Amino acid sequence: MNELIYFFNYVVVAGSVTGCIYAMGAVGVTLIYSILRFAHFAHADMMTLGTFVVLLLTMLFPHAGDALGLPTAIVMLPIGMVFTSLVAVGIDRAFYQPLRAHKVKPIVMVIASLGVTLMLQGLIRLFAGTGAQSLYVDARKEIFRIDIPGVTRPIILTEPQIILFVVTIVAVVGLHLFLTRARLGKAMRAMSDNPDLARASGINTQLIVTLTWVIAGGLATIAGTLLSLDVAFKPDLSFFLLLPIFAAAIVGGVGHPLGAIAGGFLVGFAETLAVFNWSVLLRPIRDSLPSWIELPNNLAIVGTEYKIVVPFFILVAVLIWRPTGIFKGKVI
Amino acid sequence: MTPIIDVRNIKKSFGGLTVIDDCSIQVQKGSITGMIGPNGAGKSTLFNIIAGSLLPDSGEVLLDGEPITWLSANHRFHKGLLRTFQIAHEFSHLTSLENLMMVPPAQEGENLFSTWFKPGEVKRQEAQTRRRALEVLDFIGLSHVRNELAGNLSGGQKKLLELGRTMMTDARVVLLDEIAAGVNRTLLGDLIDNIERLNREMGYTFLVIEHDMEMIARLCDPVIVLAQGQVMVEGSIADIQNNPEVIEAYFGAEPA
Repeated sequence: MNELIYFFNYVVVAGSVTGCIYAMGAVGVTLIYSILRFAHFAHADMMTLGTFVVLLLTMLFPHAGDALGLPTAIVMLPIGMVFTSLVAVGIDRAFYQPLRAHKVKPIVMVIASLGVTLMLQGLIRLFAGTGAQSLYVDARKEIFRIDIPGVTRPIILTEPQIILFVVTIVAVVGLHLFLTRARLGKAMRAMSDNPDLARASGINTQLIVTLTWVIAGGLATIAGTLLSLDVAFKPDLSFFLLLPIFAAAIVGGVGHPLGAIAGGFLVGFAETLAVFNWSVLLRPIRDSLPSWIELPNNLAIVGTEYKIVVPFFILVAVLIWRPTGIFKGKVI
Repeated sequence: MTPIIDVRNIKKSFGGLTVIDDCSIQVQKGSITGMIGPNGAGKSTLFNIIAGSLLPDSGEVLLDGEPITWLSANHRFHKGLLRTFQIAHEFSHLTSLENLMMVPPAQEGENLFSTWFKPGEVKRQEAQTRRRALEVLDFIGLSHVRNELAGNLSGGQKKLLELGRTMMTDARVVLLDEIAAGVNRTLLGDLIDNIERLNREMGYTFLVIEHDMEMIARLCDPVIVLAQGQVMVEGSIADIQNNPEVIEAYFGAEPA
């Protein structure tokens, strides 16, 4: 049983955490693609930026969360989301909109977004330094140990993990309802289907573009902050997130929000399963194995330091085997 | 009387090619005005400038006396200036009914604030829009495909849906871009009937670009002939058909 609990802690929990983060990032990438038709490389840096804003606010008011019994960073999260959304809209107006006005090819937009990536990374490092910082300023992370009767090892969940699961469910359900029920959400789907017709139907496409950045920026801030709460804030966070997020969006079918969520969890679980030490699960049956099999201490498929290989592998495999993604993408 | 559309001295070039050269046209309220001309005459360009899909280099577009030259297409829509597309556009992943329901101008739900704070109002309006959409589908004879994805409709049905879209709001002027193209004769009859009914019963003004001369002859008065980015002649269809200049522009000079 101990081994199963170990599996639960290191695969089910860890995989869900990674999955939630990738899913929220991938939804942003997919929405931007379906409305503006380009791959937004600066997306992971919007995550870093949002997290950095939350970190700053948390440092300024370290005890703001005490009254509510929540980590201060969670209380500051909405402010960070608003700020990041505004910056995202600002970046769009300053860098992407002039290019759109010239009707440039999508590749030009992609390169522009690479430029924005480098710029944001530089700016964040300038102010945040290069080291890792905890989002628990002057407070301790709560860790819940759930004991299962008859087992020595407890299930371990941390406070940020629980918050992450709750927030992800709320965000995903909210987004789905918005896209399928709200008029503005339907207008968004209409624009992703046919922008010319949307304009000729009186849909304010400028408003939709702004809204897309607001949603993407907000989700990016949530994902970045909750990940950093669980681990730590690093200015190069985006570097490790960008590829898995794009892999998730492509695996799920670009332009398909539910697909992006599925893709996020797929990539997240694939990563954790690949670095999991399978030897732990085999240990109880070691004695019944034939004698010529010697169980090594570590039986992970790839070492933790090569984790980034997994999304690459999935990406290439999906592109070969099913280029449109698991779900057929293109329009919301 | 102020013309409902007044295009004044429009110029538009693409690179070194001048497509519209100091062109002025007027569309009178309540008319079905036709616009014809040989290929390359600048019909589509002028049409797109009136619809707001293109901006002119210079000149003015007035809607019922009000300048709209620099307004974007969606703002023109809310002023009652609507267009259809030459190649039928539809939201292919939405049903016919949903396609029409995308349109209405009240847009109460399209304001972030009211979505969250006035759900009752939004719901009431949705119901009203739905009723209207069903009426329109009935009017254009597409009731039987209301729950079909618009992407699965036939070319002619998509054109009817385009016309239906213009009926979802209080249109003042509807710009029809080659609505007859690719429509079979039976459906074309329906289209023409619908256009005439909208003009007579609901007071729509139409500006029609068309290659189908039969349709122009049945529907339009007056007809404007464009050639080389300028108005060549304007008049009734009979005048146009007998005008030697027009015949030359269309068929080339008579051999001597």
